[in-house]
Formats: sequence, C-alpha cells, structure tokens
Amino acid sequence: MSSLSSSSVAERDIVALEGVTKRFPGIVANDGIDLAIRPGEVHVLLGENGAGKSTLIGMLSGLQQPDEGRILVDGKPTPITSPRHALSLGIGTVFQHMMLVPTLTVAENLLLGGPWWQRPRIDELAARVAEITSTLGITVKLHAKVSELSLGEQQQVEILRAMVRNSRLLILDESTSMLTPKGIDELGALMRRLVEQGLAIVFITHKLKEAAAFGDRISVLKLGRKVGEIPPERFRALGEQEIISEIVELMFGKQKDDPEAVERPVRTVRADAAPLLQVADLAVAPTDNAPGLSSISFDIRPGEILGIAGIDGNGQKQLAEALAGQRAATGGSVRLDGVAIETLSVGERRQRGLRYLTDDRLGEGTVGTFPVSINFFLKQVGAAPFWRNGIEQRAEIDRRAAQLVRDYDVRTPSLKTPVARLSGGNIQKVLLARELAEGAKVVIFNKPTYGLDLANTLASRQRIRDTAARGLAVLLISTDLEELLSMCDRIAVIANGALVGTVGNADDARTKVGRLMIGLAA
Amino acid sequence: MSIDTAPTVSATALDATSGAATRHDILHRLLMTLGPILAALVIAGCILLAVGVDPLAYYGYVLEKGLFSPLGIQQTLTRMAPLLFLAAGLIVAFRAGMWNLGGDGQFLLGAVTAAASAPVFIQIMPSWLALICSFLIAMVVAMIWSLVPALLRAYQGVNEIITTLMMTFLGTSLANVLVKLVFRDPGTTVPQTRTLPVEDRLPRLFETTITSGLLLGLAAIIIVHLVMTRTAFGLKLRIVGANPRAAVHSGLGVPGLTIAVFAISAGLAGLAGAVDIIGVQGNVRADWNPAYGLAVIPAVFLARMNGFAAIGFVFLLSVLSIGGESAARRLGVPNHFTLVLVSIVLIVLALAEYFDHRYSQSRRA
Ligand SMILES: Nc1ncnc2c1ncn2[C@@H]1O[C@H](COP(=O)(O)OP(=O)(O)OP(=O)(O)O)[C@@H](O)[C@H]1O
Ligand SMILES: [Mg+2]
Repeated sequence: MSSLSSSSVAERDIVALEGVTKRFPGIVANDGIDLAIRPGEVHVLLGENGAGKSTLIGMLSGLQQPDEGRILVDGKPTPITSPRHALSLGIGTVFQHMMLVPTLTVAENLLLGGPWWQRPRIDELAARVAEITSTLGITVKLHAKVSELSLGEQQQVEILRAMVRNSRLLILDESTSMLTPKGIDELGALMRRLVEQGLAIVFITHKLKEAAAFGDRISVLKLGRKVGEIPPERFRALGEQEIISEIVELMFGKQKDDPEAVERPVRTVRADAAPLLQVADLAVAPTDNAPGLSSISFDIRPGEILGIAGIDGNGQKQLAEALAGQRAATGGSVRLDGVAIETLSVGERRQRGLRYLTDDRLGEGTVGTFPVSINFFLKQVGAAPFWRNGIEQRAEIDRRAAQLVRDYDVRTPSLKTPVARLSGGNIQKVLLARELAEGAKVVIFNKPTYGLDLANTLASRQRIRDTAARGLAVLLISTDLEELLSMCDRIAVIANGALVGTVGNADDARTKVGRLMIGLAA
Repeated sequence: MSIDTAPTVSATALDATSGAATRHDILHRLLMTLGPILAALVIAGCILLAVGVDPLAYYGYVLEKGLFSPLGIQQTLTRMAPLLFLAAGLIVAFRAGMWNLGGDGQFLLGAVTAAASAPVFIQIMPSWLALICSFLIAMVVAMIWSLVPALLRAYQGVNEIITTLMMTFLGTSLANVLVKLVFRDPGTTVPQTRTLPVEDRLPRLFETTITSGLLLGLAAIIIVHLVMTRTAFGLKLRIVGANPRAAVHSGLGVPGLTIAVFAISAGLAGLAGAVDIIGVQGNVRADWNPAYGLAVIPAVFLARMNGFAAIGFVFLLSVLSIGGESAARRLGVPNHFTLVLVSIVLIVLALAEYFDHRYSQSRRA
C-alpha cells in the first residue's frame, strides 16, 4: 500500500467535496456530502440502490451541477461545468450505463473527443491500447462495432477509454458488474498499480468483498447522506471479515456474518419429470466480431435451475436471444413443454410462458422516456386488464404498478417518473418485477442481479429460487460464479459459443467450473 | 432497514409535487413557444425592412386578410381541412419514429384519384356514397404508394427519409401524367380532370364558404391524437418510435407495425388530397402542387406531435399562407416569404430550445 496516504493534509486532496447537495424532483439524491479524494488511494463508495452514488459521480464528471456546496479541485473551488471540462481537469469516468456510440467502432469511440481539426491517430491509439490491455489481461477488438459487442465487452472498452486519457482521478461506477472473478481480480491488481503511481481512484461496487480487497478508504452513503467512513489507518488494521461486517452495519444497520455466504440450494428436482425446456443442437451464425452458437444442447426440468457460466461475450447474449426468439437460429430445435417453438415469434414464445430478462436494461429492457408504470407492462401491451378493447385502463395500470413498486421495493418518486431517471439498481428491479409476474413456465435470466445492492441481490436470488420451486424451469446466465454456485442445480460453461461442459453443483463444482472456463477438462 | 417504508412514503408525497410541476411545465412550454415566435416575427420584420417593405403593413395585411376579414377567415378555415389531415398523418409517423416525407406525392395521387373517380361515381350512385367511395379510393391509392418505402424500411432497414422523398418526386410526376394523359377532361382545352359540380361537392358549413371538410379534418386529427395517447396500438407505435430495440425485445411485430404506420400516414395524406378536391377545388389542373405536405411538417414539430397543439399551429399556418398570399401581392413581396417566416420561427425555436437546455443544465440539471 502506498505510504502517501498515511498523513491527511487537506491540500493534498485531488478533489474534495464540501457539503454537496443535489435535489431531483421529489428526492434529495445527495445531502450535504463531504468527501476527500486523495492520490494514492482507492476510495470505495458504497450504498444501497438509489443511495446517490451515481449522482455524486455525475457531479464529479461534469454531467450535473450541485445545488449546494462546492467541489474543490487541487484545493481550489472549481465548478465542473461539463464532461469535457472534467476530462481536462484529469477526471476520467466509467459510467454505470454504457456511454459508447453503438454505430461506431471501438477505435472511433476511443478517439472521440479529440480536437476536431486533427486527423485521428489510430496507430498511436493502437499502441497505447495494446500496452494497457496487456497489463489488464483483457483483449479488445478495436475494429468491432460497439453494437456487436456484449455488455461485458463494452464495459471493458469503457474502462479502457478512461485509462487512455491519462486521468489523475479515475472513477469506476460498478465497473466489475459484468466481469468474471478473474477479470475482477485483474482489475483490482491494476487499480493497485495505478494508485501506486499516484493516481486517485473512486470505485463503486455492490460486492463487499471487492470493497474490502481493493479499497484503501471506504465511504458509505445511505438515502443521500454519508453515514460513515473507514479511513485507511483503520482499514489496514481490520481483517476482511471485520471490514465487511462493519460495512453491513453501516449500510443496513444490522449484523450479518457473511451475507454472501454460499447457501447451497436444497431443492429436489424430480429426475423423472419431463423437461420443460429442451434445446437440441441450437446453432446461430457468427458475425465478424461476435461468436455464433454451435450445437448447444441441454434440458431443464421443472423446478431446476441450470446455470451458464463463462466470460461475457462468449455467446451468452446470442443464446438468450435465440431462445427468446430475438435472433434467428440457423439450426436446432427448442421445445417448451414438449412443443417446438423455434419458429415462433418473440411474442408467441412469451405467450407460451417463456420469459427473458435481458441484461441490457436501458438498451432494450425499458423505454427510458416512458413512465415507470408503463415499463412494467411493456411486454403486455394490449392485454387485459390493463387494456380493454385496446383502450388503456389508467387506473388498473397504476394500481398494479403501485403494487409491483411496493413488492419489489422500487424506489421511485412517482409512477409517472421516466424510468431512465431511476438509479441503476431500481431499473433492474422494474425488469425483475416484469418477468417474474404471473404466467411464466421457463425463465431465462441474464445477469439478474447486476447492479442490485446486497439486500436486493439476496432478495432477488430468493425470488428466483422460489420461482424454480414453483415448478418453473430456470436458465441463469451469469458471470458471477458465487451467484451460480448459490443457486444452480447444474452449471454449464460456455466458451466461444459452445457448451464445453456441464457439472452438477456439488462440493467440487467451483474448481470444476474454473477448470472448464480456462479450457481444461473438468 | 428503511427499505419497506421509503418508497411508499415518497411515492404518495411526490405525486402532489409532480402535479404542480406539470402546471409550471405547461407555462414554461407556452413561454418557450410564444417567445421565439415573437422574436421570429421581429427578425422577419427586419428582413422586410431591409428589402424596403414596411413590416407593420405586411403583418397588418396578413392579419387583415387571413384573420379579420370575413372572407379571409373563411378561406383560412377552408385551407385548414387538407392541412389537418396531413398533420394527422405526420403525427402518426413521427411518433412512431418514421419520417414520412412523401406527403406531397401521396397527397397529389389521392387528389388525382379523387378528382377522376368522383364525377364518374356521382352518375351511378347517390352522391353521399359516391363521395365516400372517392375518399376511400384516394386513401387506398396513397397507401399503395407508400408500400415501397414501407417494405424497404420494414424488411431491409432502408432509411425512409430518402425513399419517401424519392417516391414523392415520382408521385408528383405520376399525378401529372395521369391528369394529362389518362383523366384529362376532353371538354376543356387546359389539361385538367373533369370538374365535380359545386352542388355535388362536400357541403359548406351553414351560410359560409367554409367547407365541411374542416370538421372531417378536426375529427381525423383528434382521433389520431386519442389513438396515439390512449390505446394499445398507439402505445405500440410509440414504443417503436422511442426505442426500436425495446419493441423487438417486447415481442412487438415491428415490420407489421412499420407497414401499418406508413399505410395510415399515407392514407391520411391521400384523404387530405381528396378533401381538398371534393371539398374545394373540384378538379385537378396539370402541374398543380400546393406542397402542403412539406409546409405542415414545421407545424407538427412546433406542436411536438401533439394533436391539439397541431390544430393551433395549422390554424396559424393557414392564416399565414392565406394572409401572406394577399400581403405579398399588395406589397410586391415574393409569395414565398411566408415560408421564410415559418423557417425563421423554426430556427429561433431550435435556438431557444438549445439555450433553455444549457441553462437548465447549469442551473438545476
Ligand atoms: N436525472 C435524474 N432525475 C431525477 N431523479 C434522479 C436523476 N438521477 C438520479 N435520480 C434519483 O436520485 C436518486 C439517487 O440515484 P443514483 O443513481 O445516484 O443512485 P445509486 O446510488 O447510483 O444507485 P444504484 O446502486 O442503483 O446505481 C434515485 O432516487 C434516483 O431516482
Ligand atoms: Mg448507480
């Protein structure tokens, strides 16, 4: 750990917030927050969904202005007026939701924002990118169009973009949500190297283990207020478990031993039951920069949860979309409850009880400008009782939406609020509520708990387990091995568009899945 | 944990504030619309001054002819009929995120088919039925004309801005050819279609010269507005417009909806042509192209695709075009100055929008 961070002299702060308050219609997102960001420190920002973390980041990166209080840069009060201004001050941000231009290539996205009179320097960029990616242990396809990439790959591009700019302060808002355990460790090691070079890092996560492993200082937000801080001195004195339990107490006000401890499912799947979902030899054609699928076969019985593990971008999105009907398959069959559905449309498959929770909540999961209430029923437009004879039944929609908001603890100022205004985790809750509500037989979850805070993650996992216990078949795609281990009956590993092996979720599952993921036999 | 209480408390408390906010929003909107229009009038006035015309006289004539003289206001209201149909068609298309810029071609083909069919039908069936049949034919022809851009967009993803514009050039030429070669009235020397007798046209309203097509136009745009805002079908179209990927993900049949949007939009443009012919003109002369389709686009934008606001802006446009024609004649200003005026309004509005956005970003965001 860096020796720089031991003495705390205020003027060494790269950026400091003093009494910063930010209000949105109906909500105080940040309430008198003081925060010091020092070179040589990884400052972890924790808090429940909607606590105000992204809002704080928004002000640091010039997207928004504080209503009260001030931001000091190098000790001088400095209003950060625009993202460009933030960059020129050396503040680089990886936002929670992807901010890449989907129709441009990765290289073009990385070059955006350069002076308009200069010809983009692709060669220089390629060299610089190669340098960073090799230390990070990731590969980035510079010439792929962003729209072809999976969200996990896009996230890596975002991280890369912030690093290419030589920032003094690097802000990562939930940047590990789509990485594999290995990728997360590598990012952690990289952060450590960067702060040793004197950078400052603000790191937002919902995974407390990451906070304890990578942080130097932790600040906890709750309902817009800063409710606690663990300074580096104390941080070093505590062990991982002590840190985690202290954080949990700060965030949720009650003690839990290891909140994420793996609870192995104790469901019994009837081995003789006919499979609800049968996939045989499913194939999808590859594109230039995205893998296709080749001969994917598996069965899921009622009450069973099948996990799909693997590094994001290995065909998970293609698999989910091919099953849901959003992507044309080039071969193979998909049977739902014994009936072939591979030729049916998205809507028809849904009607037969297939549900698909997408991982792209703003890109395709919601219509950002539409109210929260309508977004709950996006997949049921025209269906009774919310529409009668094609006429919208406002009262019915609002009544049901209010109920879902309550049941799923969606924090929204009102039902009329455009859904894109909610915090990331709260948008995710809207999607979960939509897919888990009645009528499902088979549910495909693509990273269901991505962006949820600890309490909501646990609640959602329990909901998914309950779903399976009701006799539904569940396909759970996730990059989070803990999540898969805590929920699945069997785990299949996907690599390059093919299932390379399936293991039962027994005691040695972790090592077996790990071996499959790096290309060894289980 | 506060998880259980927080959302309900805030949800109820905040519905009230959002109501107040809406009222404030409407006021803000009004200011942001009327302010730039006034500014645009001033700028256009300066241009008039620069070319040596008294702007007050110009605006005076516009108002006198377009609004205050009994004859003028009747002409203005009559002019609104086709414009309202066109606006209704544009609202459907724009809300669904499809830029049907082929309104003029569709309008003219509708007009020509109505002009050609009405005098024939009138001889073989009761006149009310004849008129309905002509309306329907005009609508169907315009719909068919939109099929090419619709199919290209629905199944090939070809940008409809280009295809509809190309089809509108073809459409206006085809309409001309039809008038000159196929439907030409043998009884006259000027190339035009047979004329529908005045007594067989759409009835006039009360004792005035205002066509009852105005009522049809109002009905069309109000129905379109209600369909777009209150029905499942309208919501589906808006989803396609706001986030096409979400539409696919939600299982909407996007290609089918795309074709429906083009058909409805073009159908309404065809009806606009029919209502102008059957209600007012009585025939189509060769080379007749009032270019209403393009003129209406700014009005629909200014109204932010809201049907009721569009009625207001269409009225304004009618006043400007009827009054502008007369003022131009009297003061020797080119007839197209109305278009200059409308475009200045648009530019000023866009600028106002931009600065308002910048201002609110830096103030409250
Ligand atoms: N542009 C906005 N307009 C209105 N309200 C907003 C806006 N941005 C954020 N909010 C509100 O501010 C609160 C804090 O949101 P923020 O995105 O900062 O939460 P977060 O801590 O990042 O949560 P998450 O972990 O879910 O990402 C939320 O209640 C959210 O609804
Ligand atoms: Mg956030």
